Amino acid sequence: MLPNRQGKFGPFGGRFVPETLMPALSELEEAYRRFKRDPGFRRELSWYLREYAGRPTPLYPARRLSQALGGHLRLYLKREDLLHTGAHKINNTLGQVLLARRMGKRRVIAETGAGQHGVATATAAALLGLECVVYMGAKDTVRQAMNVFRMELLGARVVPVHAGTQTLKDAINEAIRDWVTHVEDTFYVIGSVVGPHPYPMMVRDFQSVIGREARRQILRLEGRLPDLVIACVGGGSNAMGIFHPFVKDQVVKLIGVEAAGEGLDSDKHSATLTAGEPGVLHGMMTYLLQDRVGQIKGAHSIAPGLDYPGVGPEHAFLKECGRAEYVAVDDEEALAAFRLLSETEGIIPALESAHAVAYLVKIADRLPRDTIVIINLSGRGDKDVAAVKEYLGK
Amino acid sequence: MTGAERVREAIEEVNRAGRAALIPYFCAWDPDLETTRALLWAAAEAGASVVELGFPFSDPLADGPTIQAATQRALRHRPTLEALLEFVAGLYNEGYPLPVVIMGYYNPFFRFGLARFAREARRAGLCGAIIPDLPLEEARPWLREARKQGLSAVMLAAPTTPPQRLERIARVSTGFLYYVSVTGITGARERLPEDLALRLDLAREVSPVPVAVGFGISKPEQVRLLAPHAHALVVGSALVRIIGKEGPRAPARVRKALSELVSAAKR
Repeated sequence: MLPNRQGKFGPFGGRFVPETLMPALSELEEAYRRFKRDPGFRRELSWYLREYAGRPTPLYPARRLSQALGGHLRLYLKREDLLHTGAHKINNTLGQVLLARRMGKRRVIAETGAGQHGVATATAAALLGLECVVYMGAKDTVRQAMNVFRMELLGARVVPVHAGTQTLKDAINEAIRDWVTHVEDTFYVIGSVVGPHPYPMMVRDFQSVIGREARRQILRLEGRLPDLVIACVGGGSNAMGIFHPFVKDQVVKLIGVEAAGEGLDSDKHSATLTAGEPGVLHGMMTYLLQDRVGQIKGAHSIAPGLDYPGVGPEHAFLKECGRAEYVAVDDEEALAAFRLLSETEGIIPALESAHAVAYLVKIADRLPRDTIVIINLSGRGDKDVAAVKEYLGK
Repeated sequence: MTGAERVREAIEEVNRAGRAALIPYFCAWDPDLETTRALLWAAAEAGASVVELGFPFSDPLADGPTIQAATQRALRHRPTLEALLEFVAGLYNEGYPLPVVIMGYYNPFFRFGLARFAREARRAGLCGAIIPDLPLEEARPWLREARKQGLSAVMLAAPTTPPQRLERIARVSTGFLYYVSVTGITGARERLPEDLALRLDLAREVSPVPVAVGFGISKPEQVRLLAPHAHALVVGSALVRIIGKEGPRAPARVRKALSELVSAAKR
């Protein structure tokens, strides 16, 4: 079972952090491995997931969307958009903040790009009574002012980060700096399957509830495994969450959809696995958007949750060993899918999740009759309607 | 002498004279390479023993605001490791007297290729490297290449490092061991932890190489207090702040500030 003891998925992953954090990462890994097996912790987490977050989520047969794509597919949406706070992020933050409390930490910190993970962390911290500080790129605090207010309503303190590109990657840098400084009493809640070991493994495990449910549900509904599982990939937590329980099922094709932004040749995209190269950032060896000399480049996507110049190391591994395929769709294609799903199913998806839908739209014609497809609908689109309105110039 | 031996000898030489060695940090290209050259010469004139030369990286996650700002100023010049090595080679052609080690985050070295970097670094006369995001568990490939070329691979230990781990780190570190004074990021501090002297004494006891202390040291009083407990002291943000304020006029001011610190380093 990956990762190995050094936190490596093949050559990817690991722990590339300042020495100050190494003992804290060992402590975290040990605590996580202990609580993962502890029936009390598992009961507590599944209670909150069920009674508070709204699990299990439906596996919904999207008949009208399927019809619009030619009527030959058996298409299902895993409805993570129906969870409390509107996305899959809460699966992970409930897990990590419960762990923080069990470890006796009094303070949690988090980074956030668009604000979804920040809101989910602030929510869990409010619920469990811990102090919460969220780092957010200064540019993002302007673009996502409502989410800043939301976090503040939840009792969190939001700190704008003015360094570097003033976006998600700089917010992560600043969160790591905070953690290095307050490592004794602070738990860093990372929002995706990224960062130093054990985070990619731990976040994957917390998100795997998506895939475990989906696998059980599809077997009940169809009596067999799906042919395709499609999910969008920024850092890659919703994708890892739905992929993981299917990885051993070789018949299931796994497809991760990255953001091609304004086009892969435009330099304004977030397609790390499709167009990046291996390197080290934020404590992990993985694919990165970087220049010739190894400086990290800015990322772009119309979906704020996808614009990260790195990606989870396990995705890098699944790409290298060929178990999953990674593709990219651009802003326009994602927007078209955003509208299509809204009009055919009455579901306004997050722009991130719209990327997964958009890829199915692209390949639907080539798929044989009765192909079973599961799309992970990782979040709802309420947060995006203002941006989409502006983009469409209405 | 190998690069690692030069670094170690430079520190031990001043230790024998009854002083702790001073290691200033400058960020290369801040605000431009000509100023960096002048700063390095100023450091030699002020009596520094080794120079730590920063290679700017887009995501300096172990650095506080002062060095982050220097990094931003430097990145405008689109620095490359090729250009840095060329700069160092040029410096030694001019007869620069001090050993220089580069301080940089791992990704640019990884991209460049560790074997190639070590080879070309030795050819340029560079004495070693400090890579703050490359802890013991990930350092093996770099340690191997550095050893092949006789470069100093400076490893870091921190206040959170347990004693046994500290010993393991010290055993593989070459040139010197970098002891991080505080749980935190780089930057001048008013006060250093009270048990720092004690921790340094323990580190020196187990370390086969000289122990340098860094992070937060900015004032002569701090240097006076720590000099008996460390073989060397690293001063970064305090000097970088002067450069940020004075720009190309900084070298004279840096020389003066550094001279004061050097004379405070008597044991």
